[in-house]
Amino acid sequence: MARYLQPGTKAPAFSLPVTPDQKLALSELAGRRVILTFYPADWSPVCGDQLALYNQILPEFRRRGAELLGISVDGAWCHQEFAKARNLHFPILADFHPKGAVATAYGCYMEDVGEAARALFLIDEQGMIVWSYQSPLAVNPGADGILDALDKMPAVESLDVDAKSARKRA
Amino acid sequence: MSTLRVPVNAHDHISGGRNAIVTLVEYGDYQCPHCAAAQPNVRRVQAQFGERLALVYRHFPLTEIHPYALVAAETAEFAGENGVFWEMHEAIFRNQRMLSPTTLFALASTFGLSQLDLRDAINRGRYRSKINDDFMGGIRSGVNGTPTFFINGERYNGAYLAPELITAINAAMNAPAHQT
Repeated sequence: MARYLQPGTKAPAFSLPVTPDQKLALSELAGRRVILTFYPADWSPVCGDQLALYNQILPEFRRRGAELLGISVDGAWCHQEFAKARNLHFPILADFHPKGAVATAYGCYMEDVGEAARALFLIDEQGMIVWSYQSPLAVNPGADGILDALDKMPAVESLDVDAKSARKRA
Repeated sequence: MSTLRVPVNAHDHISGGRNAIVTLVEYGDYQCPHCAAAQPNVRRVQAQFGERLALVYRHFPLTEIHPYALVAAETAEFAGENGVFWEMHEAIFRNQRMLSPTTLFALASTFGLSQLDLRDAINRGRYRSKINDDFMGGIRSGVNGTPTFFINGERYNGAYLAPELITAINAAMNAPAHQT
């Protein structure tokens, strides 16, 4: 397996089904911070806990200006039922066809088992990876790493001020 | 390695010796089946170490999947205010299969607590900030699900069965001066 993409790398573009009849492209989130959480499979116990945890603290991510996207190789119909059962309030994308293509682009596809590894990427407003982490498969990585990485980024409020002053200068 | 970012403090529920050698911090959710399954194991661990162990319980309610986890935590806090936190803690886990607001209010009565006062405290959100502080402290410490244990401030990644917990706690006791 290729090493997962490291900070300083441009986040590979993608467009994946987010429901059976809708797609979501990373480019649609340009200008916002994005947390990508790759996971092996819907319904497996560890993933469920990990996503349930992120689901619970979505307000903390959003308060830091970040959108959360889940990605696995499961199909959109499977995702739909899984999201409903777990009451998920963030999109989960189907890296289903061609299978694992996006996971492969991020260097976290496990060819031998045909699933994405448990990898996390934090992407900044310019589409650059600023933090990434891959945890052992059986280990739920928690959210402390993501929050620590978000806290190291400039505060969202000051970004707003910068944006305003940039507009004034323009 | 994940470590406890919020040291044990005066707001914590602590069971066991003031001069304990080992502190076991549990982050739990009253509606989580694994936490209920862990509870008899935690009691065995407490019995094994007696006053040498201090047990601390902090709330980590995953309310999106456990709709009664928060009201259960609030009920436990209310019981705590009235001096029966650990009794309520145990009772909630024992009755987890029938967990509901009705069950929680009935438990309050069982301990001689006022149902009206409990309702009032819940409606006013008296314990919300404490429970949220517990939760966020857990998140920042690397709690990744429930139950999650910390032994002398280090996250314990093993199973929650008593023999394994006891082995890990023994190791912490024998470790060179390592106090939190």
